[in-house]
Amino acid sequence: MTLPRRRFDTLIIGAGGAGLNAALQLAGSGLRVAVVSKVFPTRSHTVAAQGGVNAALANVLPDTWHWHMFDTVKGSDYLGDQDAIEFMCREAIPTVYDLEHMGVPFSRLDSGKIYQRAFGGQSQDFGGPQAARTCAAADRTGHAILHALYQQNIRARTHFFDEYFAIDLLRDDEGAVLGALVLEIESGEPLLIEAKTTLIATGGCGQVFRTTSNARINTGDGMAMALRAGIPLQDMEFFQFHPTGIAGKGKLITEGVRGEGGYLINGEGERFMERYAPNARDLAGRDVVARAIVTEIMEGRGCGINKDYVLLRVDHLGEELIASRLPGIRESARIFAGIDPVLEPIPVFPTAHYSMGGIPTDRFGRVVAPAGEGAEEVVPGLYAAGECACASVHGANRLGGNSLLDILVFGRAAGKDIVEYIKENPHHRPMSEASLDQALSRLLYWAQTEKKPSGKGKAKPAKVTSVRELREEFRKVMEDHAGVFRTHKTLSEGVKLLKSIRKQLAGIHLKDHSKVFNVARIEALELENMIDVGMAIATSALGRKESRGAHSRPDFAARDDRQWMKHSLYFKEKDRLEYKPVRSKPMTVKSFPPMERTY
Amino acid sequence: MSREAGSRERPGAEAGERLRWQCRRGMLELDLLLESFLERDYPSLSDPEKRDFTRLLEMQDPQLHDWIMGDKSPDDPAFSPLILALRETLGQP
Repeated sequence: MTLPRRRFDTLIIGAGGAGLNAALQLAGSGLRVAVVSKVFPTRSHTVAAQGGVNAALANVLPDTWHWHMFDTVKGSDYLGDQDAIEFMCREAIPTVYDLEHMGVPFSRLDSGKIYQRAFGGQSQDFGGPQAARTCAAADRTGHAILHALYQQNIRARTHFFDEYFAIDLLRDDEGAVLGALVLEIESGEPLLIEAKTTLIATGGCGQVFRTTSNARINTGDGMAMALRAGIPLQDMEFFQFHPTGIAGKGKLITEGVRGEGGYLINGEGERFMERYAPNARDLAGRDVVARAIVTEIMEGRGCGINKDYVLLRVDHLGEELIASRLPGIRESARIFAGIDPVLEPIPVFPTAHYSMGGIPTDRFGRVVAPAGEGAEEVVPGLYAAGECACASVHGANRLGGNSLLDILVFGRAAGKDIVEYIKENPHHRPMSEASLDQALSRLLYWAQTEKKPSGKGKAKPAKVTSVRELREEFRKVMEDHAGVFRTHKTLSEGVKLLKSIRKQLAGIHLKDHSKVFNVARIEALELENMIDVGMAIATSALGRKESRGAHSRPDFAARDDRQWMKHSLYFKEKDRLEYKPVRSKPMTVKSFPPMERTY
Repeated sequence: MSREAGSRERPGAEAGERLRWQCRRGMLELDLLLESFLERDYPSLSDPEKRDFTRLLEMQDPQLHDWIMGDKSPDDPAFSPLILALRETLGQP
């Protein structure tokens, strides 16, 4: 078989906000850019971001990028890298103006300036009064941005490979990245894309948890590709959960419901939040509420036949108030849970929302990994941006309005750095046939009719026989053992179960071997990715013996700055962990020392 | 480009798989509803209805979301019964 090959200056994997913003920088510089996306670009998960973009424009209340920086450092529970955070908060301002010039329809003030709304965690004057920092295009900011970026890219002649699935990165003996092997979903044919630089912008991995607000496409493909290429993932133990997702579905029910007087009850009809947070009760912090829900369920006080959810009551508020203050909630509950909240409570469970961790990068979007003596050596030719990357600006927890900002700022930064890199490295490096063979073998693996044990050790006889079944088992293990509630016991059992699932996958074979639109094969490849990422999350969470930001360990309940002010790095090889220091020195200003985080 | 049906057992399976992939969207809400609809409701649609569903999938995500949530009505009357069915698909026992 001759493998078709295409050559580009840059290959971008993923067509959300990060990938498309980078592509635009590059195409504008006259470089040949390929964007590979497993779904049509405007169906990327950026489309679901409703909130907005933070930037200290000071259009509504006084503001500076320095206050924005303080809030972000504090929100990160001091695990964010302060140079990257300073960079992001400064760049936020020109980034929003750029979008404005591109035609993103931001909501406006009467004066014509961009309207900015207040969000939790935003302050004036380093922890003082509430700030108003979030720019939004009504409630569809993500869509407006994605749409504008896509149109601009079409105009700039970016080459799109729609419905192509990336299999693996290709690296030569010196560690330089040479592009990727991709699969055209429609024809089932592989294609080699050679590139001087490759940017991973594949988004998040929420699908590793059974209950998630993330779309089906968020399977951590780019993160897993990095792992298989020998690159570690950073801070994967930090995953943001929203306390109220519709049970069994994951759809998020806004905090506003509790703000308006809705409250949670357990299987015994008790308002249990009174025990966990006597003052704030149902309005306690997200992590507190999420942990309380899971604790109730673990202690046998859940609701339903399987006692695996709690209930969110709003019926006492009355039909009129629900209609006027909580529009959409009634419809959501009807459509997704089949119940009318005016009459019945809504079954809820914490829903996995955002991955703070990812592929380690510096503030130029360059992927960095330990090599020789250095903890942060640049991987030549490889970049990452967006939720799949870890710059690290969110540290242990992310502020609302900073995720769209992250993808735009670091997408653009990566694009700019790539232009410079290609000036200095204008030629394609020779393809590594060994690396290519390895990538092809992953593809061929799922084309076998009968699985032969591969690698070390024998494949276990499969308890489950289908990818779908194993996927659901895997997601349940992640939820039960590496989700909201984490102790040494849950996590170490989880890691053991994940190892067994990893072996079981090797015993499964696909029934459908046709090439054309073989979705089952794509789902098998995605499951492989999810298991790799799930192992990174569970292993990193087991390793971190403290509670910080979104990572909470009742067996190590305090934040421990003396021992744990450091980033975790998980390597797939031998499921190994390493650590590296937090970059606490900003670019130009004084660093913010760790303080107790109170709001 | 090869378009042979390969080792597929069912006729039309390829079109079904293609449709299944088109139901992968940027929003979880749409994934849940489209996936459920495709599995439980789609097989009993008439051929013209099936064609309407394929056309519906070409719409933008926020547009589909607005129609399903009842914030707006589709301009194309052929979409209305499909939207109604999508709203009901998960609520059914």
